[in-house]
Formats: sequence, C-alpha cells, structure tokens
Amino acid sequence: MLAFIARRLFQSVIVMLAVAFIAFMVFRYVGDPVSSMLGQDSTLADHAALRERLGLNEPFYIQFFSFVGNALQGQFGISYRLQQPVSQLIMERLPATIELAFASASIALVLGVVLGIYTALRPRAFSTGVIMTASLIGVSLPTFLIGIGLIYVFAVELKVLPSFGRGEVVDLGWWRTGFLTESGLRSIILPAITLSLFQLTLIMRLVRAEMLEVLRTDYIRFAKARGLSQRAINFGHALKNTMVPVITITGLQLGSVIAFAIITETVFQWPGVGSLFVNSVAVVDVPVMAAYLVFVALVFVVINLIVDILYFIVDPRLRDGAKSGR
Amino acid sequence: MTDLPHSPEQPVVAAKTSRWRTFLKSDIVWSYRHSPVTIVASIVALVLILMAVLAPWIAPYNPFNPATLNLMDGFTPPNSNSFAGSYFILGTDNQGRDVLSTIMYGSRVSLFVGFSATLFAMVMGVGLGLVAGYLGGIWDAVIMRVADVQLSFPAILIALLIFGVARGLIPPNQQEGAAIWVLILAIGLANWAQFARTVRGATMVERQKDYVSAARILGVNPFIILLRHVLPNVMGPVLVIGTIGLALAIIEEATLSYLGVGVPPTQPSLGTLIRIGQQFLFSGEWWILLFPAVTLVLLALSVNLLGDWLRDALNPKLR
Repeated sequence: MLAFIARRLFQSVIVMLAVAFIAFMVFRYVGDPVSSMLGQDSTLADHAALRERLGLNEPFYIQFFSFVGNALQGQFGISYRLQQPVSQLIMERLPATIELAFASASIALVLGVVLGIYTALRPRAFSTGVIMTASLIGVSLPTFLIGIGLIYVFAVELKVLPSFGRGEVVDLGWWRTGFLTESGLRSIILPAITLSLFQLTLIMRLVRAEMLEVLRTDYIRFAKARGLSQRAINFGHALKNTMVPVITITGLQLGSVIAFAIITETVFQWPGVGSLFVNSVAVVDVPVMAAYLVFVALVFVVINLIVDILYFIVDPRLRDGAKSGR
Repeated sequence: MTDLPHSPEQPVVAAKTSRWRTFLKSDIVWSYRHSPVTIVASIVALVLILMAVLAPWIAPYNPFNPATLNLMDGFTPPNSNSFAGSYFILGTDNQGRDVLSTIMYGSRVSLFVGFSATLFAMVMGVGLGLVAGYLGGIWDAVIMRVADVQLSFPAILIALLIFGVARGLIPPNQQEGAAIWVLILAIGLANWAQFARTVRGATMVERQKDYVSAARILGVNPFIILLRHVLPNVMGPVLVIGTIGLALAIIEEATLSYLGVGVPPTQPSLGTLIRIGQQFLFSGEWWILLFPAVTLVLLALSVNLLGDWLRDALNPKLR
C-alpha cells in the first residue's frame, strides 16, 4: 500500500516538474518580461538594472530552480495586465470557480444517476428515447451555445434569472461565497446547468450501460428468484455495483470541469479563474498563463492521485498485483 | 507501333468501370443507402460546404467590402426590405452587413480552419503513431507518454495555451495576419494524440503479420514499409477519427473565436459572428445571433453523424 502510494506520488512529482518546466519556458521566453514591466519610456540602464534584479542574467538551471522555488511558495510574479500579484488574483477568484464546479458536479451526479437508472429500467419506453436523443443533441452542441440559449430563454424572454455575474456575495474572511444570498443562488443556476450538461450526459450513459449489464447477471436473476421486491433488487443490489466506475469518471472529470469552466465563465461573465485566464491569453499576460497552467496541472494530478488511491482501496485485485511486485 | 501506347488503355477503362461497380455493390454503399439519417446529414454537410466554398460567387452581398455597406441598412429584420430599400432574406447586423452573406463567408473561415487543423493533426498523429508502433522501445515510450499527458487535458485548454504562447512569440504588427495560422496550429497540436494512439495500436498489430515480415526480409526500406504497406491497412480508423475530429475542430475554432482569442474580427468565423450576435440578444435583434448559431450546429452535427456512420460501416463487428 505504502509503496504503491509512494510510487504514485513520485510519478505525480515528475509530471508537476514537467509542467513547471513548460510553464517556466513560457514564462521566460514568451514576450520580454523586462519591457512588459517597464513600459515605453525607460532607459537602457533601467532595463539592465531590472534584468539583474529579476535574475534574468543567471544561468538557465538556476532560473528554473528559483521559478520552482517561488511556485512552491505560491509566487508567480506580477500580472502585466492588472499589475497585481498573480497568486492574489487567483486566490480572489478561486472561490467563484470552485463553487460553480461544485454546483455543476452536484447537478450532474444527481440527475445523471437518476436518469441513468430510469432509462436502464425502462429501455423500451418512449420517454427513454426522448432522453437519449436529447442527451445526444446536448453533447454535440458547443457549451457556449447552450449557455446563450439558456440566457435567451430564462433571462431575456422569461426574465426570471440573472444572465451575468455572481450576485451578492458574503465575505467569510478567506472565502467569498454566493451560496448565502438569494441573488447569489439565483445567479449560479444558469452557469451551473450549462457546465453540468456535458458531465450529466456522460454519467447518465455510463450508469445506463452499467445498469443494463448488471441487470443481466446471475446474481440479479437469483435475487429475483428469491422473490425480492423490484425496488430492493434495483437499488440494493444492482445500483451498488454500478457506482465504482461512476465515482471514478466523476472524479476524473472534475479536472475537465475546471477547464470547461473557462467557457461557461466567459458566457456568464462569472468572475472566476477561467475568465481571468481567457482575458490573460487575449493580451498575452504571461505570468497569469504560467500560473494557471501550473494550477490546472496540480488539480489534475491531485485528483488522479486520489482516484488511484480510492481504486486501490476499493478493488482488491489491484492490491494483490502490487504485492506480487507489479 | 502507333497503336501500342493506346492498347494498354483499354483494360484500364474496363477496370475503372468495374471498380466503380464493385464500389456501388460494396458494404459501405449498402449501409449508406440504408441509413436515412446519414443521407440527410451528408446532404446538409454538402450544401453547407458548397455554400462556404462558393461564397465569393453566390453570396448576395460582399459583407467585407466597406464600399457596398450602408449603415442605413443596419438591424433589418429577416425577410424584409431595409430602410434604404434593399432586400435581406436573413436580415442585417448592426453595420448593415447581410447576415446570410456573413454566414457564408464565416463558414468559409470555420471550414478552412477546421479542415487544415484536422489535416495537420492527422499527418502529425499518424506519422508519430506509425513510428511509435513500428519502432517501439524508447520512441514508443516517449511519444505515447506525451500523448497520454495531453489526452488527460481537455483539447480546448491546450489549444488556448498554445494560442497564447504562439501569440506571444509573434511580433504584434504581424499578429492580425498570422492569427488564422496560429489557430490552425493550436487546434491541430491539441488533437494529434487521438490519431497517434489509434494508429500506434493498429501498427503494432500489423507489424506482426507475415506481409510486413516478408517485406522486411526482402530488405525494403522501413520508411517504404510504413508508407506503402502498413499505412493503407490502418487508414480505416484514421478516417473515422478524422471525420469526428473535423466536427470537434470546427467547434473548437468556434469556441476560441467566441472567447475572443481566435480569428481577427476583420475575418469573422461562425464563432465570431455568434460573439457579435450575443451583444444584440437583449435588445431583441435575435436573427444576428440565431442564424450563425444554427449554421454552426448543423455543420457540427452533420459531420459528427457522418463520422458515427463511418465508424459503424467500417467496423464489421457491429454489423
């Protein structure tokens, strides 16, 4: 167990170092940090002084190590565009993105499991056909069009939900939440639905496929022969065995949710990390881009690590494999 | 003597017609004829592609020629005459540009970027996949590790990053002209891994087969073995991924342009048109947004359906 986790941790560190290296290359060689920071009217002496102060005259590997060292302390320099420390910018906007990702993952998980079970238990029903077709169309529509469509229906035509922003937020000191005010809760509905749709379809189809498979197995037939109620069979016996892959996929998808939040946040002008990143790409604000790259990689690596360890705990076969030294 | 150069042509023509006949009798044509959804999808895709390719000749107006634009035509609703008296079937936008014409020119940009990026991803992915699958060892390990890492991130994120980096490397005065090529590079680089992974698997199967061993024993150059012998046998899945990849690339391009980091506004694609149209959603000019959006959806959906059909038709196990 420990050896397995240690090996996984080691691999994660390697991946993070590789990403940090890419981020460093971007940070160091895209654009000229000195002229970006000094502006138009500066002397050559200013340039030389700043180069020296930023350590740009140091050898390559020393610069890389100081970049990693600063990154470990959460320091990614100062945004060219907003003239604020990047770490501060990201920390300010992180709660908005996490709340959005959390809300959308909850919607996707609950609705996806419910619809998946429903369509698996009634494979021939008309409503199943409607749900499956709708899910197919939902997947092929680009995320931003779904967002615009929702804005049109609920904000422009029905005028029941706000179309942009987070509404009022409550400051908890280190976390600004929108969950505690009415306008905050109303604001999160449309973005969360937009972001959840893709994941929802994925979970629904997965649950449906797993359920259909499990319902054909012998132990379900035996449960029927024992005269157990449909309800006990479906939820007590079948559903349990479909949950492992669902949890894995949901976990692994959480990373892509953070990335897809870029699009949703732009459509709804949601003040999160994703919209910060898009605005930075548009003007080539390199420190923010590099920091975001490291941040997303970290999220992916941590989630992968957790899912691997969970799998290891849930599936005994993996444990035996690790013992025999594989 | 004069007859000699002509005589071999006779059998070639015969072979061509019979090949055409075999094609008509093939499984692919059969499954096409028996899938109404595919027939409709292919017609929709064909019409949209023709509209885009022929835009300079068949578009009712040239929306990017300032001389023909009239601001008095602005915000004309669909199927009506403008204030200045011209007729617009799909209405006009804020600058008086005919929406139908902007869509035709916009799909031209979208399709060009989509096709080029997919082709780029295909050539790169197939090439690296062949090398990884055929040579194995360290080549395989390095190429596939990079592909694995890339596949675990969403393509749109990678495209955004590559776009940002390339943008930073190009001097500002050339950015406008280079934007479309940067976009193709970014979307292509974001999508090669899928091709590489599939081709590598197929190549590893093919290289075990006798015909490859035979070619190797004959002393054929490995490069020729890959291109002439292995490549044709792994092309089936590549075509399927290519078709679905085209739909993805079109959506990715639209998304990037919608986010404002794609093609420059002087050369709007469908995504840019949707971005422009969204500004007028609240003031009631719905047609500026709706028609480009519908075109984009039809295009992506029909290409996607064609890809799905191709996958089923080329996979005998599913029949």
